[in-house]
Amino acid sequence: MVSGLTVSERRLALVIAGLIAVCGLAMAIVGRNDLIGAHGFIVLAFSLGVIALVATRYLDPEPPEDRLSQYYDDPTKAGIVLAMIWAVIGMFFGVWVAALLAWPDLTFDAAWASFGRLRPVHTSGVIFGFGGNALIATSLHVLQRTSRARLPDQFSPWFVLIGYNLFCVLAASGYFMGVTQSKEYAEPEWYADLWLVIVWVVYFLIYIRTLQRRKEPHIYVANWYYMAFILVVAILHIVNNLAVPVSLGHAKSYSLFSGVQDAMTQWWYGHNAVAFFLTAGFLGMMYYYLPKRAGRPIFSYRLSIISFWGITFMYMWAGSHHLHYTALPQWVQTLGMTFSIVLLVPSWASAGNALATLNGAWHKVRDDATLRFMMVAAVFYGLSTFEGSFMAIRAVNSLSHYTDWTIGHVHAGALGWVAMITFGSLYALVPWMWKQERIYSPALVEVHFWLALIGTIIYVFAMWNSGIIQGLMWRTYNDSGTLAYSFIDSLVAMRPYYIARTVGGLFFFAGAVVASYNIWMTIRMSRRAEAAGRDTVDVPASAALVPGE
Amino acid sequence: MPNFHRKLERSAIGFVLAIVGVSAIGGFVEIAPLFTIHETVEQAPDMRVYTPLEVAGRNIYIREGCYACHSQMIRTLRDEVERYGPFSLAVESQYDHPMLWGSKRTGPDLARVGGKYSDAWQVAHLINPRDVVPQSVMPRYAWLKRNGLKTDDLGLHLAAQRRVGVPYTDDMIANAGADAYGQANPDSPYASGVTARYGEATNVRAFDGSAGRLTEMDALVAYLQVLGRLTDAAQKTAAAQE
Ligand code: HEC
Repeated sequence: MVSGLTVSERRLALVIAGLIAVCGLAMAIVGRNDLIGAHGFIVLAFSLGVIALVATRYLDPEPPEDRLSQYYDDPTKAGIVLAMIWAVIGMFFGVWVAALLAWPDLTFDAAWASFGRLRPVHTSGVIFGFGGNALIATSLHVLQRTSRARLPDQFSPWFVLIGYNLFCVLAASGYFMGVTQSKEYAEPEWYADLWLVIVWVVYFLIYIRTLQRRKEPHIYVANWYYMAFILVVAILHIVNNLAVPVSLGHAKSYSLFSGVQDAMTQWWYGHNAVAFFLTAGFLGMMYYYLPKRAGRPIFSYRLSIISFWGITFMYMWAGSHHLHYTALPQWVQTLGMTFSIVLLVPSWASAGNALATLNGAWHKVRDDATLRFMMVAAVFYGLSTFEGSFMAIRAVNSLSHYTDWTIGHVHAGALGWVAMITFGSLYALVPWMWKQERIYSPALVEVHFWLALIGTIIYVFAMWNSGIIQGLMWRTYNDSGTLAYSFIDSLVAMRPYYIARTVGGLFFFAGAVVASYNIWMTIRMSRRAEAAGRDTVDVPASAALVPGE
Repeated sequence: MPNFHRKLERSAIGFVLAIVGVSAIGGFVEIAPLFTIHETVEQAPDMRVYTPLEVAGRNIYIREGCYACHSQMIRTLRDEVERYGPFSLAVESQYDHPMLWGSKRTGPDLARVGGKYSDAWQVAHLINPRDVVPQSVMPRYAWLKRNGLKTDDLGLHLAAQRRVGVPYTDDMIANAGADAYGQANPDSPYASGVTARYGEATNVRAFDGSAGRLTEMDALVAYLQVLGRLTDAAQKTAAAQE
């Protein structure tokens, strides 16, 4: 892949990686008495690895000129592989933390393996590692196809992909060591946050530069979502992570805001990380791969518009529903609840648009597990957005908040929607990228589909049960007017559901392993075909799918 | 609308600006007033800041991810107030950078756990929760008692907190390390400085059960024992409502 870079791009890569290595060294020296020093070494090792990779191919001949008449897909391929690696890592830790709640001593006597440190490894691993890499990989693919333009250069997509993974490595390794800001889904400390800002700016520039070069007059709907994802995540990330470090030699920082203002900022961030990372980005995926795979145009252009601007406008008001009945002023709670309920309209517009697009292709959904992944994803998207609006109602929230119901809701979205649309999209994308007629084994896609679906259902039902039981036990009174159950009573009642949840997670994790194997074998198929000098199937650089009216 | 939108779709920059503008409104309307409307945070003149030892303990609470299983926010619901105590006020976390309100109660709320148990119970519970509560699923934190506490940079920590608005004095910052030691060593010459700077009501005890060496356990237990006790504004509010 390095030999696809021009010599000047290789030189640029060496210079930038060298600069980052120097930063790593500086962190290691200044922070030698602190955990930031360990992160300095990780940055140093990471960048030396990149340098070694580029250096071994530095003297290869220049890539052929005709590359400029083709799309640039190498970063997408690497992103797919990275996404699958993170999927396996993140889901493995998910199963582990789930098991810890049933068998708490599965943690040895090791600090790094205790629940509080492993949980963010799971959440960041799946959201940022798996989800983020999948978003970067697919967005670069979709962007080029729907703009009918090649990426503006070959260096910056690599910078984004590799830089982003450096961020993920810093995040995960930090949690093991105890480096965290404690803000959920924004745990990485100040230096990792600053680094992500740089990466993100370059990502945005790739997008805008490619759009400027587009040969399609209109920007396709998938790109609206990818752009909203990039832009709004930047805003959220910067505002929520404002903090003052103890010193340049300390990993620890103190957030700029405190108490109620900090809580509101955090959940404005937290809820919109769900909205713009886990929803907008993946809707971008859905709006391209689903119609493509089904061979049908998007059902309604108007619905796309309504749903896009509805989501972009309304989600940002909804975060305060995480703070019902707390010390947050009531007027903010009420605003949050109101917008959360209205949000159902644009959400269902998207889910409906996706399902209506499949109308007329149901026989394909029946026969093709890849398309079925996407269909089920759209259904779960509709279900979990309905559930979300419902749970934002104050009276419902008084029961559901703080309980496993929230966890169940999140996983209906994360497993049922985010992961399913990603697997569906990747199964469609992988054969195109590696120029194969089909994935290595369609039968294994079918197996994966059922593992994923069964796992999700077990998980979500277990958490609904435990959450509602928990919520009811906490608020039940005796005839004599005292609380009927102690906290421990409710804890004991959870145990069977915690075991069931672990089993559900195990199914889902097994599915991800099967998927990784299948994708890996497809890549090998293509390598073998190349080695044998056989012509790989040439997939025509397909034109953009124009939204239908 | 479709016609207008078709035009918008032809301009990448226009689209970017539209997304930023449309998405920024909600957060701005909901967050900015929280800093300017005075009723948002109640007045509590008796509110004290965390001592250096409690700050260190709080940082361990963050490091270990206790917030993943414990909330520190009692809602204004009858059953919560009866189970955990008076509902939480905004002022109680006004020096919490960041706040630790939490989102999940795998374990009970801790907003008012200070003083609920003895130090010895807390230490035994943290070393192995199942020794004290057999059904517990909380992790063991035995290493906290083995790890010495780092105190040489506590002054820097207080100074950083002052930069974000916590009213630490120069005196507090200069004596941070000594105060941390003194708070867990009541018989040492450093103990009196702690109460002089942070008030007579400050807990000065060998939190982990043994004086002398300062451990992470000292810090964490000192923090747990002060939860809900920095001000009695919540108790006063509850009494006024009776
Ligand atoms: C895996 C979730 C989990 C984590 C992580 C966790 N706890 Fe707990 N905690 C519990 C559960 C469950 C209980 C109730 C059973 C018990 O008392 O052990 C509990 C109880 C407690 C109690 C007693 C509260 C009361 O009112 O009885 C305290 C204090 C406590 N935990 C402190 C901590 C601290 C400090 C940490 C971090 C170092 C922590 N917990 C991490 C689950 C957790």
